[in-house]
Amino acid sequence: MKYHKPTSFKEAVALAEGAEGVTRFLAGGTDVLVQLRLDIVTPDTLVDMKAIAGVKDITRNEDGSWDIGVAVSGAEMTEHPTLGKEWPGLVEAMDLIGSTQVQGRATLVGNLCNGSPAADSVPALMATGAVVTVEGKNGTRQLAVADVPTGPGKTSLAAHEVITNIHIPPRGQNAADAYERFIPRTEMDIAVVGCAVNLRLDGDKIVEATVVMGAVAPTIRIVPDAAKAIIGTTLDDAAKDKLAEAVRAACQPIDDKRGTIEFRVHVAGVLAKRVAQTAYDRARTAH
Amino acid sequence: MSNQAVSTTVNGDPVQFVCDPRETLLDVLRDRIGLTGSKEGCGTGDCGACSVTVDGRLVCSCLVLGVEAEGKKIETVEGIAEGPNLHVLQEKIIEHAALQCGICTPGILVAAKNLLEKNTNPTETEIRYWLAGNLCRCTGYDKIVRAVQAAAEDLRKAG
Repeated sequence: MKYHKPTSFKEAVALAEGAEGVTRFLAGGTDVLVQLRLDIVTPDTLVDMKAIAGVKDITRNEDGSWDIGVAVSGAEMTEHPTLGKEWPGLVEAMDLIGSTQVQGRATLVGNLCNGSPAADSVPALMATGAVVTVEGKNGTRQLAVADVPTGPGKTSLAAHEVITNIHIPPRGQNAADAYERFIPRTEMDIAVVGCAVNLRLDGDKIVEATVVMGAVAPTIRIVPDAAKAIIGTTLDDAAKDKLAEAVRAACQPIDDKRGTIEFRVHVAGVLAKRVAQTAYDRARTAH
Repeated sequence: MSNQAVSTTVNGDPVQFVCDPRETLLDVLRDRIGLTGSKEGCGTGDCGACSVTVDGRLVCSCLVLGVEAEGKKIETVEGIAEGPNLHVLQEKIIEHAALQCGICTPGILVAAKNLLEKNTNPTETEIRYWLAGNLCRCTGYDKIVRAVQAAAEDLRKAG
């Protein structure tokens, strides 16, 4: 295994392009090193991203949007004085991943590129409407987070492409997000069902919403019908029932020891109602 | 497989070593630097027995490569006592009999010390969540939590 520590994304792309065999990009390493250790994936080329300027930065732009560097850890997001005030759902989703030790290293981009349908931060990231910048041998392109995962362990990125930034749109007024997952214990487990909701109010009425479900299909997915079920409502019981129905209709879960298909589909509805309520309550008290 | 030279700081001392890039920081600490206080429980970041801090940030050294230590400040369990004088956390772990086999203890000490540096008066819940990544199969955790609480109290009194 060759270890490289480039100081620019351009150099990182050139290394990946020129490499033979398996290449992995290293930021937090909480998946890459486990896979290396367990002989699941032994990269021929390992490109450490942490010497590139800006990868550890969390920046709030003048228009209220945010840029999060590719090597920012979960702990750094949680400790940030204002990120969690504007995007509590995103920060709480990231914070659910692993132990204090894992939080010291794990990153949003790593969670995204690992491609797990049960990734905790990814539903929340999708719900924000985040866009990633991707650099490759043919230049850079912008990609919605929702278009990155294509199946378990798979992404739409080419071998020479690397994510260089996460851009989160401005929070705006009267809006909030939330994330919750179901696991059989209280901490440190893989989601059986995960749900993120991001919404905006006008008075008591929901005017914008995004509902994202994790761990109930081969990829994490946005459920447009679930958003439609609550837009224009005050999240009354009838709207919540429609939300649950729409979410359940979108589920195509696996059947395994963590949860049967029937259980996952049922929990998806319950969780969506609960998370929508949290986001709604937060948006009502948001400025 | 080309080995790489790495310069780092471990417990305040400048250290240089040469390692294969596949070696973890835990491998390097134990096998190249001779600091065997950090333990390998699982090797996959689940148990916390290999906990160290890198630039003040608590991590599992089994999930950090040795080459990533370049230019960093590493603190391990060996750096907690000052010469023959145990740290109050070490004293309280002994007083409260908060260990049996001892494999998790170095990781618990490093993690708990890191917590008390950030929060001098953690609640029981905060301690339990902070140490959730440090598995102990002997004590049932209660004695560990009491020991950390007692150490925190002593440290606060000492000001």
